[in-house]
Amino acid sequence: MSETLLFALELTISGLLVGLMYSLVALGFVLIYKASGVFNFAQGDMTFLAALALASFVVKIPLWISLIVVLAIMLILAMAVERIVLKPLVARPPLVLFMATIGVAFFLQGLAQGIWGTQPRGLELGLADQTYDVAGMFISNMDILGAVVAGILLIALVWFFQKTKTGRALRAVSDDHEAALAVGIPLRKAWGITWAIAGIVAIVAGALWGSRVGVQASLALLALKALPVLIIGGIDSIPGAILGGLIIGAAENLAEGLIGPAVGGGIKNFFPYLLALIVLAVRPYGLFGREIIERV
Amino acid sequence: MPDGVGRPLLKVNNVYVSFGALQALLGVSLEIYPGEIFAIIGPNGAGKTTLINVISGVYHPSPGEVFFEGKERTFMPPHHVAALGIARTFQNVALFKGMTTLDNLMVGRHLQMRSGLFASGVYWGWGQKEEIAHRKVVEDVIDFLEIEAIRKAPAGMLPYGLQKRVELGRALAAEPKLLLLDEPMAGMNLEEKEDIARFILDANEERGTTICLIEHDMGVVMDISDRILVLDYGRKIAEGAPEEIRSNPEVIKAYLGAHGKK
Repeated sequence: MSETLLFALELTISGLLVGLMYSLVALGFVLIYKASGVFNFAQGDMTFLAALALASFVVKIPLWISLIVVLAIMLILAMAVERIVLKPLVARPPLVLFMATIGVAFFLQGLAQGIWGTQPRGLELGLADQTYDVAGMFISNMDILGAVVAGILLIALVWFFQKTKTGRALRAVSDDHEAALAVGIPLRKAWGITWAIAGIVAIVAGALWGSRVGVQASLALLALKALPVLIIGGIDSIPGAILGGLIIGAAENLAEGLIGPAVGGGIKNFFPYLLALIVLAVRPYGLFGREIIERV
Repeated sequence: MPDGVGRPLLKVNNVYVSFGALQALLGVSLEIYPGEIFAIIGPNGAGKTTLINVISGVYHPSPGEVFFEGKERTFMPPHHVAALGIARTFQNVALFKGMTTLDNLMVGRHLQMRSGLFASGVYWGWGQKEEIAHRKVVEDVIDFLEIEAIRKAPAGMLPYGLQKRVELGRALAAEPKLLLLDEPMAGMNLEEKEDIARFILDANEERGTTICLIEHDMGVVMDISDRILVLDYGRKIAEGAPEEIRSNPEVIKAYLGAHGKK
């Protein structure tokens, strides 16, 4: 195998591993969008809040207890958002709900920093950073851990949505609110469950990303990384979010490694958006999004 | 069919509904008895769909009362009304378009399913057994409506006539005590209308479902209904058996006369 090919393969594999973690962040958006038709601006800040809470607990109490405490916080948060923010806004246009999530985002950012301070923190999950040599390719154990955890959560969510009564009910809600009510599915309960799941996704994403890049307010900007994933995969598609993340992860790594040196490097950060623009031009609904045909 | 005997399944008492200055319903009362096919007819804008929406809990009357099986439930929200055993279809098809026909019908059984996430996840065996039991009911409805061929097709991809049929299937899968059909044959050709009329009659006779329907096609309504209520401008102008309605001068003036039929 030639050097370049091996290098490309290495870039692809590590890109795909990171890509699964992008999928995870994007999935938080997809879940809430599907259930309520709202782009949840607060998803990034939920991730930040979860990561910051975890980082501050984990230095005092064992990891698994910290995770349970953070889980409780996120579940309470989901219920509070449903009661205080969503309930009064039922049947308002999506834009109103979107604005409300911007409010939630700033509130969470302030709340997290008010309680735990603005200092950047490290998040130790008790795993030393190691690199393995697999058939001449270097692969980080953090990448593998991240991919495995993200992969398990993704599989669990797909199973939940396809195979359980509650999952089926949530899919029904995302398709048609009126019909969901008519078959006896309570909308508000469904929204509460959806936000709780988005909270759980935020915990896992926050823990994985926080342990890689540290926990600071800019972690919330991770949400920006989810945007090209959503555009490529389609904002209403769970498989789209997974594949979109993998595509972005592999593509940005390959671009940086192969094209980067020729143009002076540093293209990793904007390449996903370039890719998203191309997809927007060719397939505005994303690769897997549902095409909406409207009568005029 | 029991016409006006015994205790009514549903009783709507002196219901008013208004949207701003528009009076949609003005003191409408009706009683639907177990086992009958009850039709609501009237010109466009007469308040038929509003009345269905009052029965299914989408709108709440003021003033007015709604009783189901003798208990008042005037202000119940739609998902609680569904839990009482009242299923419905919509005038402009409200299906779960991204889901398959089978899944649409399974969601129709949502309220009959007890095992939540916990049971289907932890008590694997029990959850699976329950799922199989529900699948059987759903498969029976699929057989009944002759939609075996489209079981795995996404509902949104189906032609309009079949979407209407799947929606009827979703309502039947709930094994409702009262089935509300809002224009089940709208936009269908003659053959499709005959199919749906047959399904409605069979659902009533074989499955014993009490049915309340809105329909524009007078011929079909006269053929399949036990009793008919006629609305005009939010008021009840007549109620009775098809023969009485057909010869009622007020109905002819308000509705039939306008169309020049029969």
